[in-house]
Amino acid sequence: MTMTNSQAATGSLNAGGPSGLSGQKVISAIESANISYVLSVPDLHTSAGLLQPMANQPGLRIVRVCKEDECFGIAAGLSFASKRALILIQYTGLLYAANAIRAISVEQQMPTCIMVGLLGKEPGIPPNQSGRMGVRFVEPLLQTMGIRHHLIETDDDIGIIAPEVEAAYADPHPVAFLIGRRPA
Amino acid sequence: MTQLAQRMERRDVLERLANHVTNEIVVSTYSSATDWLALTDRTLNHFSFGAMGLASSHALGLALAFPDRRVVVLDGDGSLLMNLGTLVTIAAAAPRNLTHFVCQNGSYEANGGVPLPHDHVDFEGVARSAGISSAMTISDLETFERRIERLLVEDGPHFACLKVAQGPLSKRNYKDMYSAERRNAFRDALREGRDDGPRRHSPVER
Repeated sequence: MTMTNSQAATGSLNAGGPSGLSGQKVISAIESANISYVLSVPDLHTSAGLLQPMANQPGLRIVRVCKEDECFGIAAGLSFASKRALILIQYTGLLYAANAIRAISVEQQMPTCIMVGLLGKEPGIPPNQSGRMGVRFVEPLLQTMGIRHHLIETDDDIGIIAPEVEAAYADPHPVAFLIGRRPA
Repeated sequence: MTQLAQRMERRDVLERLANHVTNEIVVSTYSSATDWLALTDRTLNHFSFGAMGLASSHALGLALAFPDRRVVVLDGDGSLLMNLGTLVTIAAAAPRNLTHFVCQNGSYEANGGVPLPHDHVDFEGVARSAGISSAMTISDLETFERRIERLLVEDGPHFACLKVAQGPLSKRNYKDMYSAERRNAFRDALREGRDDGPRRHSPVER
């Protein structure tokens, strides 16, 4: 598919629909998984479609942090009260926070749900074949740490979110959802 | 005597703190953690290791999760410098039940006593600029005794920079502090709403 200039400017190819990703449906899935906190450093890929509308959801409290690794400590603290958190960050933040993820989420087995915006990933192209070097690093990093991960690129992918969050808290472990297309 | 020259022994100030702690969650890291554990081994102690700088982030999560329970964090200056943004995050989240102590001794003590890049950081000023209005520096035990009750009871968040001397270090047992058994006991105590007292409370060997 060739993207026209006007489509590129408006991002209309990323709109929810038959081949798009609906931000509102992602948020509904998060809420249905009983997540009550969203810990985030803004990401251009997900700010308009996820973070900003999340801020208007009465059931979600947004904690805006300064650097991504903070999220993993905060989520761990919340989990001691069975309060569920979603960490919403860009892939660059995931790479930055690798040591915190290793220590807290993997070695200490704290329940951790990470939603990672793959800024610049080409829709329909697997992350490991992206033209963006950083995007190509994401899945190998997660695989190396043994972290379950799922590509969320169309509405058809959203159904995996709630059960995977449930599983992460039932048998504490980290899980990552890779947002492969800008949500509309 | 200048303010920089006047410093407390970390163990002395933690011993004074231990005398006031009852049902609080205490999150500690590295040198403060080893000294704290040597003083008071309690179920409601939580240790932050492996991701240096994140003790206050753990504490923030706990403070949000348990708004009716005081959360005390025993941080180090090297650790805080690795996560200075935490002060802004804490100020914005504004948990009333969080008390953040930072032991400032100018060194990465647990990593061999290597000096920090700069020993004269005004952490009180940084905390205040970040938006934590209850920020202070304490460099003598009398002042600490005078303020500790308020720091543990009144609405915060509170930030207190404790000017302390380097070492000596208490015996380290990271495997124990890092253990799943400790985390599970901590989780169980919180879920059951228990107010565990200390299992052991003894003066630190000098």
